[in-house]
Amino acid sequence: MTPHHFIDRRLNPKGKSLANRQRFLRRARAQIKDAVQKSLKDRRVADAGKEQSISIDGKSTREPRFSHASSGGERDYVVPGNTDFVPGDEIRKPRGGQGGGGKQASQSGEGEDEFRFTLSQDELLDIFFEDLELPNLVKTQLNEIRTFLFRRAGLTTAGSPTNLNLLRTMRNSYGRRLALKRPHSDDIAALKERLFALEAIAAPSAEERAEIEALHKELETLETRRKWIPFIDPIDVRYNAFQPTPVATSQAVMFCLMDVSGSMGEREKDLAKRFFMLLHLFLRRRYEKVDIVFIRHTHEAQEVDEETFFYSRQSGGTIVSTALEEMLRIWTERYATQDWNVYVAQASDGYTQSGDAAHCVDLLSSRIMPLCQYYAYIEILDEREMEVFADEETGAELWRAYRHVHRNWPNFATKRIARPQDIFPVFHELFAKDGAERG
Amino acid sequence: MSLTETKPSTALLFSDAEWDFETLSRSYDAIEEIALHDLGLDVYPNQIEVISSEQMLDAYSAHGMPIMYQHWSFGKIFAREDTMYRKGYSALAYEIVINSNPCISFLMEENTMTMQALVTAHAAFGHNHFFKNNYLFRQWTDAEGILDYLDFAKRYIARCEESYGQEAVEGILDSAHALMDQGVFRYKRPPRLSREAVAERLAKRLEYESERFSDIWRTLPRSDSLEAGGSADEEDEDGGPQGLTLPEENILYFLEKTSPVLKPWQREILRIVRNIAQYFYPQKQTKVMNEGCATFVHHYIMNQLFDQGLITEGALLEFLHSHSSVVFQPTYDDQRYSGINPYALGFAMMSDIRRICEDPTPEDRDWFPDLAGSLDWRSALKHAWANFRDESFILQYLSPKVMRDFRFFALHDETEAPAYRVTAIHDEDGYGELRARLAAQYDLGQIEPNIQVMEADLMGDRTLRLAHMAFKGRPLAEQTKAQVLRHIERLWGYKVTLDVIETGGA
Repeated sequence: MTPHHFIDRRLNPKGKSLANRQRFLRRARAQIKDAVQKSLKDRRVADAGKEQSISIDGKSTREPRFSHASSGGERDYVVPGNTDFVPGDEIRKPRGGQGGGGKQASQSGEGEDEFRFTLSQDELLDIFFEDLELPNLVKTQLNEIRTFLFRRAGLTTAGSPTNLNLLRTMRNSYGRRLALKRPHSDDIAALKERLFALEAIAAPSAEERAEIEALHKELETLETRRKWIPFIDPIDVRYNAFQPTPVATSQAVMFCLMDVSGSMGEREKDLAKRFFMLLHLFLRRRYEKVDIVFIRHTHEAQEVDEETFFYSRQSGGTIVSTALEEMLRIWTERYATQDWNVYVAQASDGYTQSGDAAHCVDLLSSRIMPLCQYYAYIEILDEREMEVFADEETGAELWRAYRHVHRNWPNFATKRIARPQDIFPVFHELFAKDGAERG
Repeated sequence: MSLTETKPSTALLFSDAEWDFETLSRSYDAIEEIALHDLGLDVYPNQIEVISSEQMLDAYSAHGMPIMYQHWSFGKIFAREDTMYRKGYSALAYEIVINSNPCISFLMEENTMTMQALVTAHAAFGHNHFFKNNYLFRQWTDAEGILDYLDFAKRYIARCEESYGQEAVEGILDSAHALMDQGVFRYKRPPRLSREAVAERLAKRLEYESERFSDIWRTLPRSDSLEAGGSADEEDEDGGPQGLTLPEENILYFLEKTSPVLKPWQREILRIVRNIAQYFYPQKQTKVMNEGCATFVHHYIMNQLFDQGLITEGALLEFLHSHSSVVFQPTYDDQRYSGINPYALGFAMMSDIRRICEDPTPEDRDWFPDLAGSLDWRSALKHAWANFRDESFILQYLSPKVMRDFRFFALHDETEAPAYRVTAIHDEDGYGELRARLAAQYDLGQIEPNIQVMEADLMGDRTLRLAHMAFKGRPLAEQTKAQVLRHIERLWGYKVTLDVIETGGA
């Protein structure tokens, strides 16, 4: 009977094709990026983190082979399904080349220009956030904040057993055994075998007795030699050495301030939330060590958690400065300025209690901006207003006041958003890799 | 000990859709009994692996092989198949089987027990027998060595990537892949890839590479210096590096041996790609026969299992449903038509051979005097499976009955003509021509462009002259032609031209 066996491979590691997939993504990077940008433009923010099917131009991933053109020359086909043709009949060629007869489908290289596949959430966000980063993320107190990372640093002769480098140890041992000619156990076994064979002889001849004698002697020398030259000597042993290396880390905190007052309609709140959602995804994805503080305000401000910030409703009057004050309170309480990079993103519709704008400017100029790395202000308008305020210099009270701050502080950026489509470009502009000086 | 004795109360191998390893094993034994002792098949030992759908997709993307070197194009196939599968556009194949010894077949865990039995019969016995016995596979592929060789290829290419960078290696692979169809020997038998020979080659390659870093060795005279163009280990293949004769059909081979610009590791990569192309070459030439053989075998075995009371009527119906969708042949005017279904034609012809042997008509006695009424259809089929490829098989065995069943007709197409002309249909006058035309349709020499190396001007400006033997004036697709020529230029390093030589064909 033929031997056969079933092997259960289902538990084998998955993702065998992952490396190839990454190679493919890298190869088509430019096109995939275009496609992702295009497809993300109008997506709902809640979907921004989901996997997405995209289609790219197959130019960079073409695999040409020599193939026959789809027409030209003399050809014969045999096809199934004749109903009423007889020899000599003619069938008009369909326009556009293909079809009719049993032509082979076009070979790879042609007709493959559109390539459609699915990107996972991780791949999607990676590509989307590729060129973005927090501006000016180099702070001040780098030398203070340090973590230590253990890095491989060669081999040592002393160490803990867990760090034993078996390969090196055995190599040294082997070399030493060779050099000192340690008797091989096979040789000893052969001798012993011979000896047993001789000793088994009931009445050995003189010759045999002499050989037994000689063997005993030789065996003894070998055994002693083996004892002198141990299999593994302490001088063979090597350990992997690890050295702690200081790694500078920068700490950052991002304050997200959002106006949720009555003047912000559902649409405005939605736009603001989309912006922050994106910011949130971006920070969580790119920086392990970024704290995010969510502050929402009406006529009073409060720190809230992520869930409340994005999903709960509230309304009331509008005093923007309350949010700034709340932020300052948290800042001084938790994020001592010297050690932290501080970022602020604020979204509002631009309306605040009259006179409050001046107070905001005062707070910003005197206390916030001198210590803050980057401040992004997003004003949410409706589309009609966007046309009216096409000029950057015109706007509501808060906008005008903030423009003033912007002139004095290059790291203070102001942007206007009216439609969901604006969010992605503005986001990209604010966090482009060299975007620190823009605004 | 037969199964019926051990399980007297119920003789059934299985009764519901769920499977477990015990049932698989029991069914395997029953199937094997029929395959070996009734059909008399001769197979490699089987190794059957149960895999998940995701692993099936993995296998898809690497030519179905369990080991493959890394390249972005496999990732591309994976990305596409994955999307298609997840959206439900395409179902996964029920099985993949590898021409190796032991013969590896994959069963998907999602399959029902009936399907597992079907796949076992189809792949582990049908395809397996074909791989082991067909002359093309016997002569041109090395089932013993392929997995070792792929393992070597994977390691070698990974090492090249470490040494020379991923991009450089990828570039060579891209160019080599573009020439895969032109990287096979069609007439000359390639050497076997024995494990020892591979190891020896590798050792030599390594030795050579280490030499390059050690100046002291370079000063020593060497008798078998490994100069660009020919390695010392070519004797086994073509009697030494000087054995190249022009014209040469195997462009990859030609470039590997004579390109003025390639480094040794790049030559080795070309060699790997062309060895893999060579390994798959018989499969391209035997689609109809290979699938026909496997389909006939599973059909026979499943029916036998039912006749012996080993499977239920429900299982039989499930099998028939799946079987008939596999051998479904849409007609030319059907939306679903995409060429002749190799399963359909193969199965029809295999079944027809059995019919001719057992129950011939006067027509069959005219056409197949040796077969008709011989009754021993098992030997007749085994003879066909062993000694033919698609083209010759159709030319030899396609009967008027099968042509009528498929209602085949032949069309003639000329560039200038406004219409296709029907030249033959399934009638007394047409059978001969239909059969010849259909056979020609499976001649790889006509399907694939025939490109030959005509001349390499090594003394002068090193232009490489290729020629396309345009069969009956069929031109090459312009776009891909230009792209592939650029790849050849990359490998050759100098100018490459491609002429067209018209050949009439028979």
